[in-house]
Amino acid sequence: MEINFTHHQTAHCENGVISNLMKHHGFQISEPLAFGIGSGLLYCYIPFLKVNHAPALTYRAMPGFIFKRFAKRVGIEIKREKFKNPQVAKERLDTNLENNNPVGLQVGVYNLVYFPDEYRFHFNAHNLIVYGKEQDRYLISDPVMETVTTLTEKELEKVRFAKGPFAPKGHMYYPISFPEKLDIEKAIIKGIKHTCRDMLAPMPVLGVKGIRHVAKLIRKWPKKKGVKVANHYLGQVVRMQEEIGTGGGGFRYIFAAFLQEASGILNNPKLADLSKEMTDIGDLWRDFALDASRIYKNRSAKEDAYNNVASQLETLAEKEEAFFKKLKKAIK
Amino acid sequence: MKKDEVPQDTSNLETAKLKELCYALDDDGNYTTVNSSGWDPKTIALNQAIEEINARIADAKRRVLKNKTSPIEYYMEFHKMDVSILASYVGMWSWRVKRHFKPTIFKKLSNKKLQKYADTFDVSVEQLKDITKHGN
Repeated sequence: MEINFTHHQTAHCENGVISNLMKHHGFQISEPLAFGIGSGLLYCYIPFLKVNHAPALTYRAMPGFIFKRFAKRVGIEIKREKFKNPQVAKERLDTNLENNNPVGLQVGVYNLVYFPDEYRFHFNAHNLIVYGKEQDRYLISDPVMETVTTLTEKELEKVRFAKGPFAPKGHMYYPISFPEKLDIEKAIIKGIKHTCRDMLAPMPVLGVKGIRHVAKLIRKWPKKKGVKVANHYLGQVVRMQEEIGTGGGGFRYIFAAFLQEASGILNNPKLADLSKEMTDIGDLWRDFALDASRIYKNRSAKEDAYNNVASQLETLAEKEEAFFKKLKKAIK
Repeated sequence: MKKDEVPQDTSNLETAKLKELCYALDDDGNYTTVNSSGWDPKTIALNQAIEEINARIADAKRRVLKNKTSPIEYYMEFHKMDVSILASYVGMWSWRVKRHFKPTIFKKLSNKKLQKYADTFDVSVEQLKDITKHGN
């Protein structure tokens, strides 16, 4: 069976699943709109979580949060199911497909066979859509892939029941009810307000303060951790910033695209100006990644090189602080 | 970032015939999407992580052959895991998994436990016991 479903490639998986499922149900929601309404933009340093033996940080909201907030703000209802038993998980998935209902799944990346080997880490918060089944192969629309693909029953079970942090436990989700008309305008304002609040939060590891915190750490790394570890940590900062599809500038460009779209919907020219400003900030993030990559490429840990990228981060923190203060005012 | 500035460097994405989607400005200053084949700073960061993992695998291998650690550590590194991830796959506490790194303890493991590790690492028990029989 195959559900009549159109695959659109997106930059990021969670936005992509939202946008593709909404389009399937007849609502034209672009990826940036899903990202902005769900307040996807963030900066957070997570000292207690190690990924690949280096401290973790993130440039976007916790897995699952974007969709949760998006649903609440536009007034759709989502059904979520988690499973202990893989057999039950498979049956529930099959029932949905028989009922012509494409569903979103949370999966682990490590055993995702169609991903390039180099990208297969134990990262358990990837998202994809299943839109059908032919013999024992599931038809998969993975938003970050250019085209649709397939997975065998066994392959899909493996990724649905990956273990480790954020273990998906077969997590399956799909919208079950929609309002007559989505309240996009209000949802956009709520989304923006939330992002401003997060980025300007008075917490040492969150938002603008988090950026400053990491800048301070970077200054200390070469002395405290030695060349090798410092370079490994710095590499992680860039890898996290440049997740698949963020193309230099982390999630900043997607947010800028969101502001541009929001400016049209809300008829608010200030947002268009701020979109331009966010694009410039995205370019600076790109420069930061480029300079950081030069350091670990040369395997050097010259203190002034580390100080230089740390200063770039501090400039970014300053610019983003000013930016989000302006953004907060612009939607009042 | 303008449309024509979207990086088109060669990267590991090529092996999977994959191009990622990026947001960039068109000539009129409107956001649009462009496919990118990769970006060097990103590729370098990724390669650096992979080199790091390969070094860990080689180190574990050396220590297994010297009987300093058990094959479990080698297979764990091979699968890019750490102790806590491996523990959640085999359904044991981390300290037990760590204990199984000791060659003397590993030798005494029951077949049932060995099978559990072998299944997790997708190898036979025979391969689990002797890493020189491991495919790659």
